[in-house]
Amino acid sequence: MRRGIAATALVAALAVSATACGGDDGGDTGSKSSGELSGTVTWWDTSTVGSEDKVFKKIAEDFTKLHPKVKVKYVNVPFGEAQNKFKNAAQSGSGAPDVIRSEVAWTPEFADLGYLAPLEGTAALKEEDDFLKQAAASTKYDGKTYAVPQVIDSMGIFYNKKIFKEAGVEVPKTIDELKTVSAAIKDKTGKTGLYLRGDDAYWFLSFLYGEGGDLVDAKAKSVTIDSPAGTKAMTVVKDLVDSGAAKTDATDGWNNMQTAFKEGEVAMMINGPWAVADTYAGAQFTDKANLGIAPVPAGSAGQGAPQGGHNLAVYAGSKNLDASYAFVDYMTNADNQAKVAQELSLLPTRNSVYQQPGVASNEIVGFFRPVVDKAVERPWIPETGSLFAPLVTEYTKVLTGQTTPEKGVKATAEEYRKLLKDWK
Amino acid sequence: MAVDTSSQSVAKAAGDSARGRSRRPGKPEGKVRRSLSTHWYAWAMVAPVTIVIAVIIGYPLLRGIYLSLTDANERNVARSIGVNEIPATYEFVGLDNYKEALSGSQFFETLGWTLVWTVSCVAVTFVLGLALANMLNRRIAGRSFYRMFLILPWAVPGFVSVFAWRFLYNENNGLLNQMLGGVGIDAVPWLNDPTWAKFSVIAVNVWLGIPFMMVALLGGLQSIPGELYEAAEMDGAGPWQRFRNITMPGLRSVSTTVILLSTIWTFNMFPVIFLLTRGGPGEATQILVTQAYKFSFEISPRDFAQSSTWGVLILVLLMLFAAVYRRVLRKQGEVW
Repeated sequence: MRRGIAATALVAALAVSATACGGDDGGDTGSKSSGELSGTVTWWDTSTVGSEDKVFKKIAEDFTKLHPKVKVKYVNVPFGEAQNKFKNAAQSGSGAPDVIRSEVAWTPEFADLGYLAPLEGTAALKEEDDFLKQAAASTKYDGKTYAVPQVIDSMGIFYNKKIFKEAGVEVPKTIDELKTVSAAIKDKTGKTGLYLRGDDAYWFLSFLYGEGGDLVDAKAKSVTIDSPAGTKAMTVVKDLVDSGAAKTDATDGWNNMQTAFKEGEVAMMINGPWAVADTYAGAQFTDKANLGIAPVPAGSAGQGAPQGGHNLAVYAGSKNLDASYAFVDYMTNADNQAKVAQELSLLPTRNSVYQQPGVASNEIVGFFRPVVDKAVERPWIPETGSLFAPLVTEYTKVLTGQTTPEKGVKATAEEYRKLLKDWK
Repeated sequence: MAVDTSSQSVAKAAGDSARGRSRRPGKPEGKVRRSLSTHWYAWAMVAPVTIVIAVIIGYPLLRGIYLSLTDANERNVARSIGVNEIPATYEFVGLDNYKEALSGSQFFETLGWTLVWTVSCVAVTFVLGLALANMLNRRIAGRSFYRMFLILPWAVPGFVSVFAWRFLYNENNGLLNQMLGGVGIDAVPWLNDPTWAKFSVIAVNVWLGIPFMMVALLGGLQSIPGELYEAAEMDGAGPWQRFRNITMPGLRSVSTTVILLSTIWTFNMFPVIFLLTRGGPGEATQILVTQAYKFSFEISPRDFAQSSTWGVLILVLLMLFAAVYRRVLRKQGEVW
């Protein structure tokens, strides 16, 4: 009979192990019993690894100096994966962070899905009036505020002054000039003019805005990517690649772009403040003065760069809400924004920070500030975060010659209309 | 068809009790009790496996089939996040998802490439594996070293080797293009051009698949008695004749099995495609499985219904393939 008992025990043990699943240990809950914050705050940062992340990690971990009982767990999640990774974790309720660095377009989407905690009346929202209007726009959804702006950005042309001098050319102001400049650079130095990022549709936006186009028109509730301007913009980028003025990749775009530019294989790239710290680490830019930044080249309708940036949001299912609110406030306060601006040349989201001496004198911040003021805002609707996936597929197809510009924007528009029910 | 066979064997083992579950009192009940009292120990031994399979395979399978009949996506499934309790609002839509999948071009385009990918991978892997197995079956110096060496791709975790290949394939800084550049050939856009990308993913999968083929076929070769070859040689058969008339028939039982397995694995070979090209450029190398993953995890709002639909269609296709394959073999007199 002993064998029987053993067998039954085995069955029971197996049944238990089959149904048990690894829950994450939430640790101690951050309750304010004695008025002092405690607990662990896990923060998912999405900043560029190797440059930005060091600074953010240090600032985040210094939070413990103010609140000795709070532990900060810093996790860097690659930007390209963070949106889906957070949604997976947030929905299942296990493994989600307490605080997420949410890209501006993701914020309304996360809020709409119910993943974010509203911040009205919490410690996270202080001196609301100090924030730039266009930075605060993406944090509001359905009459509530769901995030606090951390940085704001736009795009410009980064160029290698040494190569420009060798080729004897000036910074191109229009797409046509960009082509002649690239040809001259190839003639004189054998290098390619521009690195065009082909695996991320965000890099397509400045060309689209330059032709006077847009992804959607939220006011008129219509999809506009398949307008003639959209087709024109696709034709422009395709032509840049086909004519040899630009090179591109269908995979690993970010790394290939940064490597090519830092090693001096290409003379220009279109990029934003988030790439500055990483670019300075390149062999060509040990002398920081070699990096020039200029507004993106204008299309037939003028200049247009997208307005982007990042917010900090608190996960609604966090076990340490109070500590998380305080952490968000701390990360976005004037002192820390100033520190980030000085060390990484990222743009603060608070008006008051721009007056600080170290920030005001930073060349890159000084350059991008007016660019941001003019930058094109996307509509902050829940679907904004979903617009890139269909576009990037078609964008890559156009660049690799698998479809025509016209068919590409048509297919994108079709997907958009599925996404945005009842839109024209 | 792991799902299929295992559930069948469970059903066989549980045959009596499964039929005895009816609500009618009387004889069947007695049968169950009698079989329980005589075979209780066997039941206890089978129970853990049955439970585990039901939990791990049965439930997700049924849930997947159910989801494919609804319009479930990220926005309408139930979720409870801290203070926010959101109930499920998705609805039953019958076969709409299947209609959509089978009437659009996307599914068939993806299926077409998946078939090309599967057939070419399996064919090339089999031929190369057979050639290598034959070479290693002779007495050559350092035979065991070669065997070890050729099994290496199998020993390295799949994702590690795929990442290594990705570095090799890089258009500007990859080793392959640098070597080509060394002999004056222009850089090849390995992963940036749709046709080259298709070639590249097949090459990597073949590289990963050869060791398995080789080892399995080597085992088959060693089970063919040497006397047959000797006799054939005495009768004056040349090497090609010996290969055709002794090796191939002798390997049949092994090769049919490895081809079936390898076809199913390749059809669903997620990591190679996903890690090498993410299905790109555009959708050029997207196979059914990676596309189903994309619906569920990459687009937003994540479309669980469409993803499940594709998953069920993949299952149906593979079941059909396995059934047809076995029938063909049975006609040839193979015992399965």
